[in-house]
Amino acid sequence: MSKIHNVVVAGLGGQGVLKVTDILSEAVFRCGYDVKKSEVHGMSQRGGSVSSEVRYGECVASPMVPAGEADVLAVLDITQVEVAKGVLKADGVLITPEDLPLDKLQNPKALNTMMLGAISKYVEIPVETLLEALKANLPEKLHEMNLEMFELGRNSR
Amino acid sequence: MSEKMLVNGNEAVALAAMDCHVDLGCGYPGTPSSEILDEFARLGGSAEWAPNEKCALEVGIGTALANGRSLVTMKHVGLNVAADPFFTIAYSGTPGGVVVISADDPGMASSQNEQDNRRYAVSAGVPMFEPADSQECYDFLIEAFRLADEFRSPVLFRMTTRVCHSKCVLNRHGRGLAPRKAEFVKDSRANVMVPAFAKLAHRRLRKDLHTMADLNEKGSWNKVIKGSSDLGIITSGISYQHVREAAPEVSVLKLGFTYPLPRNLISDFVSSVKRCIVIDEGDNFLADNINAMGIKVEGKDEEFRFGELNVTRVRKLLAGDNTPEPPAAPGKPPQLCVGCPHRKTFEALRDLDCIVSGDIGCYTLGVMPPFNAIHSCVCMGASVTVGLGMRKMLPEQEARKVVSVIGDSTFLHTGINGIVEMVYNRPATGHVVVILDNSITAMTGLQENPATGRKLDHTPAPAVSLEKIVEGIGVDNVDIIDTTAENEKFKELLQERLSSNDTSVIIARRPCILGAVKAKSYEVKK
Repeated sequence: MSKIHNVVVAGLGGQGVLKVTDILSEAVFRCGYDVKKSEVHGMSQRGGSVSSEVRYGECVASPMVPAGEADVLAVLDITQVEVAKGVLKADGVLITPEDLPLDKLQNPKALNTMMLGAISKYVEIPVETLLEALKANLPEKLHEMNLEMFELGRNSR
Repeated sequence: MSEKMLVNGNEAVALAAMDCHVDLGCGYPGTPSSEILDEFARLGGSAEWAPNEKCALEVGIGTALANGRSLVTMKHVGLNVAADPFFTIAYSGTPGGVVVISADDPGMASSQNEQDNRRYAVSAGVPMFEPADSQECYDFLIEAFRLADEFRSPVLFRMTTRVCHSKCVLNRHGRGLAPRKAEFVKDSRANVMVPAFAKLAHRRLRKDLHTMADLNEKGSWNKVIKGSSDLGIITSGISYQHVREAAPEVSVLKLGFTYPLPRNLISDFVSSVKRCIVIDEGDNFLADNINAMGIKVEGKDEEFRFGELNVTRVRKLLAGDNTPEPPAAPGKPPQLCVGCPHRKTFEALRDLDCIVSGDIGCYTLGVMPPFNAIHSCVCMGASVTVGLGMRKMLPEQEARKVVSVIGDSTFLHTGINGIVEMVYNRPATGHVVVILDNSITAMTGLQENPATGRKLDHTPAPAVSLEKIVEGIGVDNVDIIDTTAENEKFKELLQERLSSNDTSVIIARRPCILGAVKAKSYEVKK
């Protein structure tokens, strides 16, 4: 079987975790990959732990990333690293807010797009496609600020 | 005209409903099913929220008796509420099609139990499809309505959380069904289930199920993947996806139409492999039914009956490793939002040391610290009646502390009957019910309900009055209060009502902070 790429995003309800995986999954879909995106709805608006997963490759079966198989784990709230880290590969990439230029974050709500920028360095997706997907998933008045946050995230570390 | 898109299972069902010319979508919100009707309405379909699942199914049945197609959506526990019409419509059937979506929640991401509703198909004698991804949600829903047309039968469409909420690639091929024409043919022998006619209908049902089992032998919804002849796996639904990843080398019989089962297909598959294991998520549904046919297969160990399956667990299952899993790292539990109107109500109930009979909704989170103010919770609407039972059993001093709390949508769902019970069979100490009226169905994603004054698509609708309902039933005292703005007054009122022998309803009315923002946006839209 060909390689499946696994990206997991974790955080707390209200941080925009699902928006990150919506944008990422749409971008990989636009690139022609088979893709599955999974999450659990229900309690996410009430501040609890949230995590969402994107898997892509030639052919993806299960929508859920098996424990210890995530290539990238991006965590939007530092308290959630402990909760989510079991999914990460031994040599996988962990990205936390500490890796991001938080002093340049204009609005805490855009932490997720800054994180998406950081994730973009580790997925084999053309950045233009990611940006198109980002624009398609956000209202136009938010494009400029979020594109800026994406760039800052992409240029971090 | 086909279109490739990335959608979740709920969206795929809505797309298929459009392509089948479904005349009415109706249901009651419940995770993980809620988005189906919202999406169907957004695509231009006619969709509405019923006060509960029984009402929804009955409206759907009426639509199909008038030769239309209806899609009735609910979460697994909703089918318990709708079970009464479900069992009898299996006998009589309808000329149009009724497809009932049961969105099960193995692992209980957002539910009070993890019942496996595939048992309902067998129990009621209703054929069942089990999709494994968005493509199958789309394809199988069309097949379900086709089957309904052919056999006059309702169809159970059993989804699970991961099928509902996982996005995958869908080819919307558009090969749906032609619209049906509205008409009602008076045929009392077929449609009136009095014993004389029901006896005939039951015989017809069993005969039809045999015919459907034959049809299932050749259906495109089942597939055999030839692999190693040493091991074969029979599976269905989301478990199929985990199996393909965990054991790509084995032979697989993947069933899409899981009741009534295709006996020969299964038997041939089992004979083609040295060893055959059935991998079911939830109950050993397929394993039990296949063994009951006299075909020997291995089921899974009890350990795997709890929670969802995944690739790791399927690998363990196949390795015969039945050791309990290490507990998952505890995440941060959800909580009542900052600014939630229920907070002040629960603070008062806690401070007055009440015994609180709770119900299903966001406010069940009142069980969490710092409130610790929910002491029982069973099912939709149970708060009122369970509270009444406690009042009847407990000694007077304790009975006086019992309060039932129920949300506005839950009250309209199955709470009203409890108020009738309270007035009719009143406990010696009376009773107090607090309706937590935040003017929205918040828990499942801010859906409308009959009291919000808006329809499913947020356009204006007549608003049902909670106070008029309880007054009309004959409750002694009805008060309306904002427990956040007037917290001390609420405490005084509650104490006064608890110390009397009256039956009392206090409507704690203040909009959900998330719902209020939404409600404003609907006004702007007008």
